[in-house]
Parts: sequence; structure tokens; C-alpha cells
Amino acid sequence: MATTDVLKSSPAHAITASEKAESAARRIGFSGYLACFNGIVWREVLRYLHQRERFFSALVRPLIWLFIFAAGFRQTLGVSIIPPYESYVLYEEFIAPGLIGMILLFNAMQSSLSMVYDRETGAMRTLLVSPFPRSFLLLSKLLGGVSVALLQVYAFLFVAWFWEIQPPNITEIKLFTMYDPPHWLGRGLSGVTEPVVTTLFTLPAFLQPFAGYITVIPALIIAGLMLGSLALFMSSVIKQLENFAGVMNFVIFPMFFASSALYPLWRIREASPLLYEICRFNPFTYCVELIRFALHGQIDTVSLAVVVACTVGFLAAAVYAYNPSKGLIARRGGPGGSA
Amino acid sequence: MTTNEARNAHAARDATPALVVTGVSHAFGDKKVLDDVSLTVPQGGFVVLLGLNGAGKSTLFSLVTRLYDNISGQIAIRGFDVRRRASQALQKLGVVFQSRTLDSDLSLIQNLKYHAALHGFSGADATARARQVLTVVGLAERENEKVRALSGGQARRVEIARSLMHRPDLLLLDEATVGLDIGSRESVVKIVRDLVRTEGLGVLWATHLMDEVKPGDHVVVLHQGRVLFNGGVEAFLAKTGKSTVSAAFRAITGTEASVGEAA
Repeated sequence: MATTDVLKSSPAHAITASEKAESAARRIGFSGYLACFNGIVWREVLRYLHQRERFFSALVRPLIWLFIFAAGFRQTLGVSIIPPYESYVLYEEFIAPGLIGMILLFNAMQSSLSMVYDRETGAMRTLLVSPFPRSFLLLSKLLGGVSVALLQVYAFLFVAWFWEIQPPNITEIKLFTMYDPPHWLGRGLSGVTEPVVTTLFTLPAFLQPFAGYITVIPALIIAGLMLGSLALFMSSVIKQLENFAGVMNFVIFPMFFASSALYPLWRIREASPLLYEICRFNPFTYCVELIRFALHGQIDTVSLAVVVACTVGFLAAAVYAYNPSKGLIARRGGPGGSA
Repeated sequence: MTTNEARNAHAARDATPALVVTGVSHAFGDKKVLDDVSLTVPQGGFVVLLGLNGAGKSTLFSLVTRLYDNISGQIAIRGFDVRRRASQALQKLGVVFQSRTLDSDLSLIQNLKYHAALHGFSGADATARARQVLTVVGLAERENEKVRALSGGQARRVEIARSLMHRPDLLLLDEATVGLDIGSRESVVKIVRDLVRTEGLGVLWATHLMDEVKPGDHVVVLHQGRVLFNGGVEAFLAKTGKSTVSAAFRAITGTEASVGEAA
């Protein structure tokens, strides 16, 4: 049988010329979008599971911080009772949300790195020539990256559980609001300097012991999307893979260290008011706080607002950068493009 | 609409060329890389886009695949403008890029099913179609092997299979045989020419390897962003007064040095 006769020999899949012409004008329905979304997420997860080294390095990094760094600092750094904590906590417990944020941050940057690599090798093209809207494709890819990050976070929480780093018993889901606007935002803006806590609803008793593992999921998704959008935008700005070392120095480290991941902000304010303002300007701080409060069944409204706003901003920038008519990619002849 | 009108409309639609490029120019900054390029790939036609490295072939492919938009001119796939009706146009387009774009950590069938998802279908349909197209390229037995286990020629055949997954009307192949040994090259070329003959696909085959041009082919010579010749290979030889495609190409482009002809 000639090679292409196979395409014709199967009645179930043989296509007549009229079918071809009809299908040319078909609009892709909801099931098509769902298939595309599932396919992109599935590929990201599958690739991750195939790369065992990536899995272990992603797990080992925060665990080193937890078991070595935090153990060392426990005796030297006292954490006072600050929301959402209702009692003194061990330093390990304090930095756990920061380390979860670190997992999200590194995962996002890893995605950015792989996108730059995909762009250089041309693999990004297979995604971008799909008939679905580019914004949908990029958002699906982002959510695929977030799915991988969720796997990493829960692997971390699973190991941390054995060291009794666990979310507390949660009886109620609450809304938490407290905000002291920084000076650079303008003197006219009035803040909410005392915490305002509103109970939204009470949880059933059977959920309460492990509710923190569930309530943190939306926070992880939103924070993961924000960091992923930033990474996606950066992947369009970074011209070559070699430039990625700069990302480590100028993005990952400053974002992580100039935040509330490792120390409470009031401690930083005591040490340096300028650094305190930088930390408050850093969107990663709000990712960490969103996760910290979510682990205690609380929604930190200010952090939520900042993270959502940054997600929208970064995503818009990324979609613009990948826009075929206006974007940065088009101007310089990427992705993987050459004359 | 009467039966006759419907039949006429269908006939007209079926006669729509696979690809029409009209007056397309493109520049990166001040550097003009395409200058008023026009060409047509009929449905069931095999068009060879001949050009040296840097002639503008990849840029033209990037515009047709809408990796970035054409600033001037028009590009239509099966009558659908790639800017205004991108979704419909891209549904009818299969591409084999110059660089390798398969996921080497995934198996052959996983790569193909990922592509199916990017075109909005999955599950049993995608699996059945993947096996079908793998059979076409002679790799059905290896569907569960990882791509990294394949040779360059085999990987190319998988990329062709992938480009067929969503049943396109137009295939673009950008230097698809570069880096392959002679046996793999012949195999790839044969598969694509068979698809033109039996499936009626329109094919735009970009290459700088002159020996891939066969009698009866339509040839478009692209040089420094401009189309220097657009017609049948026999007319190409006649116009230049040469007996081989390679010599004719050198004559028309003024490149007397080697033009990368394969051994």
C-alpha cells in the first residue's frame, strides 16, 4: 500500500473534498478550547514528571532553607505575634509561606527559561501557530506552569508536615484588611491601620483540621499566575538564553530577599526604612502574604488586590509582547525567526 | 440556494488556492527582508521556493504562519486572510519548521496528541488520527518511543506526521531536508510528493538544495527578499538558457559561487 493510501483507507477518517471545504469555515467551539487547554496543561505536567532532576531540585531547594537556614536563624530572630498568627510561632513556621512563594517564583522563572529556550529552538512556534487566540494559548501555558508549581508546593508541604510545619485548625474563613499606605502613594490617601477582620462563613468540623491545605489553593493559583505572567513577559524581553543569568541576579534574588518571605516587614522597617518601602513596593511580598493568610483561612484583601492588579498588568504586557503585529517579538524577528 | 447553486458554490470554494501571497513586503527596523513578494500555491500543487540562506524564506513562512503580521500586502490560506480570519486560516495550515520542534522527552504519540489538542481535538479521535499519520510516515511501530531515540530523518517524518494531524489543505516545509542523509532526504521528499498526489494537498517547499526540484514542479526563486522568477521549471530553464536548475539559479541570481547543491 502506498504511504498515503492509509489516509484514505480508513472510512472513519477518510475526508471528502466537500468535508474539507466545509471544515475550513468551522468555528472552534467550547469543547475545542477545553481540549486545547487540557492538552497544554497535560504537556507541561508530563514534561515535568519526565524531568526527575527538576522535581527533586525544586523540592530540595526550599527544604534546605527550611531545615538548615531556618534552624540556624530560629534562635537569633524572634517573631512577634503579627497577623495572621495568634501566638508566637517558630521561625520555620513563619518562613514556610515565603518558601512556598520561592517555589512559585523559581518555577515561574524556570518556565520563562524554557520559553526562551523554546523560542530559540523554534518549539514555541508550534504553540503560536495554533488557530486559538494567542492570549488564550499564553494563559493556558501559564496555568500549565501553575499546575506544575502546585505539585511542587504540595510535595514540599507533605515533607514539611513530618516536621510539624502544618497549617492550624481553621474554624472560620475570614476577610482581613489592614493597610498603611506608603508615602510615595500620596499623603491624601487614608489607610486602614488597625486590622479589620470579617467572618465570611464557618467551616464544617470535619474540614477544620486540614482546611489550610485547601484554602491556600486559590492563593497559590493567583500568586502563580502573577509570577508566571511576569516570567512570560520577561521571556519575550530576554533576547538570548545566555542572558538568563541576569534574571537570577536582577529579578529572582531581589524579589525574594526584598520581601516578607524571610523576615517580618516590621523588622525590616526597624533596620532600614528605605528597604521597608522597597519591600512594600515588591509584588512578591504580597504573594507571600496572600499565601500566609490563606494558610490560616483568611483572605488578605490588600495582598489580593495587589496580586490581581499585577497579574492583569503583567499578562497584558506579555500578550502585547507576543502580539504578532505590535509586539516585541515581531519587531526583532522572533520567536526563533530569522530572515 | 438551489442544488445547482450549491454545487457551483462548492466547486468554486474547492478551486480556491491553498495559498495566495500578494504584494507582501516586510522589514525588521530599517532592514527590508521581503520586497513585494507574490506567489500562489494551488490546491494539489507542489511549489518549490528556491533561495539561498538569508533570502527571506523563513520570514515569508513566519508571515504565512502569523508568527508576526504582514505590514503590507495580503496572505490568504484557502481564501481566509491570515490577519483578519487567522483562526480559520491556521486551521487549514500544516507546518514543518526549519528547526526541530518536537518535544524530545515525550513519545511520538504524545507529541502528536499535543498537536491535536492545539487544534482542538483530543481523546480517541486524536489517538486514531495519530496512528494513522504515523503509518503514513512509516513509524507506526514506534509510537511509544521517546523522540530522542529517533534519528534526524525519522524525527523529520514525525514532524510531517504532526503537520498532517489536523487535516490541513496547505503544507509549508521550511528546509525540511537540511541535515539529513541522502536516504532520509529521499524518504521525506517522497512522502510529501505522495501527499500532493493522493491527498491533493498544496505544498510550499522551501529549500536551497537544487536537486529537490523535479520536472513539472512550479518554482519560485526568492533572492534578497525579491521574487526573481515564478513559473514552471521548464520555463525557468528556458528563460535562463541553462540545462540544470542549479545553473539556472546561479544565472538568475548572479551567484556564481556554490549555491549549496547537495551531492
